[in-house]
Amino acid sequence: MKETVLMKGNEAIAEAAILAGCRHYFGYPITPQTEVAAYMAKKMPKIGGTFLQAESEIAAINMVYGVAATGKPAMTSSSSPGISLKAEGISYLAGADLPALIVNVQRGGPGLGGIQPSQSDYDFVTRGPGHGDFHILVFAPSSVQEMADLTGRALHLAWKYRMPAMLLADGTMGQMMEPVVLPEPANAFGDDNPWAATGTEMKRPHNIVNSLYLSPDELEKLNFQRFERYAGIEKTEALWEEYLMDDAEICIVACGITARVSRNAIVEARKQGIKVGMLRPITLWPFPKQALAAAAEKVNAFLCVEMNMGQMKQDVELAIRCSRPVALCNRVGGMIPTPDEVLAHIQKIAEGGNEA
Amino acid sequence: MNYKRLTLFAGHYGSGKTNIALNYALWLRRQGLKVTVADLDIVNPYFRTKDGEAQLREAGIRLISSEYANSNVDLPALPGEVYSLLDDRSAHGVIDVGGDDRGALALGRYVPAIREEGDYEMLFVLNRSRPLTRTVDDALEVFYEIEAACALPFTAIVNNTNLGPLTSAGDVIAGQRFAEEVSARTGLPVKMSCGARKLGDELYNKVSNFFPIDIMQLYYMEKEGTSLGKTNL
Repeated sequence: MKETVLMKGNEAIAEAAILAGCRHYFGYPITPQTEVAAYMAKKMPKIGGTFLQAESEIAAINMVYGVAATGKPAMTSSSSPGISLKAEGISYLAGADLPALIVNVQRGGPGLGGIQPSQSDYDFVTRGPGHGDFHILVFAPSSVQEMADLTGRALHLAWKYRMPAMLLADGTMGQMMEPVVLPEPANAFGDDNPWAATGTEMKRPHNIVNSLYLSPDELEKLNFQRFERYAGIEKTEALWEEYLMDDAEICIVACGITARVSRNAIVEARKQGIKVGMLRPITLWPFPKQALAAAAEKVNAFLCVEMNMGQMKQDVELAIRCSRPVALCNRVGGMIPTPDEVLAHIQKIAEGGNEA
Repeated sequence: MNYKRLTLFAGHYGSGKTNIALNYALWLRRQGLKVTVADLDIVNPYFRTKDGEAQLREAGIRLISSEYANSNVDLPALPGEVYSLLDDRSAHGVIDVGGDDRGALALGRYVPAIREEGDYEMLFVLNRSRPLTRTVDDALEVFYEIEAACALPFTAIVNNTNLGPLTSAGDVIAGQRFAEEVSARTGLPVKMSCGARKLGDELYNKVSNFFPIDIMQLYYMEKEGTSLGKTNL
């Protein structure tokens, strides 16, 4: 059996990325994700990897682009305001069909906001964070163990589909410490990537990594092709967890830290005889629409628990085609809902006082 | 167990310094002493000594911490009040130093006064379950980096090997053996081995100077006894 260690969420991301074969990290410090960079600074030089503190977030994401173009896995990490800065680079990665891992340990916003946790980048990152038509894979871990497991998966799928992937945590997940069993070392990336710019040795045509297309026809064709790829991903890569959904009449939808808070509230509500369960999206893009549509056939109402102004609630309403009322329990600005607050919302819905 | 007027807890990031500092302060208080806790952590943004403020106040223990702790301001500032801990020798002080050499740097400015008084213990808190201090060599790397950063040599080692809520008596015992290896290399004694009070029956005779922990850090957004299920990906 593999040994269990005690790690911060941010450290688990860093170690899991290394174990998955990532040897190139570029970043710029920002609370509450700095431990990712600190861990990489300590570890990368010992294993022949590269840790580089760039002069800015923008420089860091473009360094990721450079390494990715050579067919090597690369990553960067930041927190909300820093991700805004990286948006241009993420769009260029998507436009050049390059794989990359971007970690976003969210804090309150907008603007400089604050250093306490939030989930308010939901809309920003699930719609393709940057200009142009594109998506990125978005993973929302809910425990330190899952942060480790999803980091490897995000790197692997970014490679498989040649697109950026984001691990979307919040400050609490990044800072909390939990026991974790680290994944086995792996290298899912291969040395022979036919698209990588590694030198032709005069044996093959040039691989050109680029997002500029002089012909509108060609650019249109690429956009359509890319979205065909996205459609396939939406069918096969959505992940979610169901908790006590078999007999549920009320379905909570929450991800990350608010899913943990909700789980506590569900345990309390069940003691009071209220049939409530939870559907926890683990991928936010692709969003588990199928699972929500199926849940809408069984339950009477939904309750979204979020640390934003109800951004995921809109995705839930779309997924279920507004066939059931969707209520919202939310805190913002760095505040976390308590289990009691969630319980009060559950009770209100159970009593028929649905605010939605 | 002996104690000095000032007890400093330093060590690797996430080794459990804050939790031990809180429990040690309560233990000193139970000896009938006047106790002050100073939070010198300028690194950690969340889960700080300030989270235990109510419990300390209830026990009649004074807490000195940055007025920005647990706020939305990311300011690595220390309150001027810390000097009162050094000047007022009628109180016993527990100093929670920030993690690693980066955190210990802030201690440096108080070291001349601490050395001059000479009535202190500088404790190296060690959790073998942390991935960057799993070998003696790795632990010693952190040990010497901290000493170099704050210019205050350690005087003893504290075994705080734990896996949070999953900690077994066996983990604490394995940690004690690990701490003894670090002790052999540094020539410093192992002052105590920490563990949840409920593990006491299994540990009292097996580890030297078992120090029971009463306040465990529970994440405030969760209730005791519930946790997230494991998902198969």
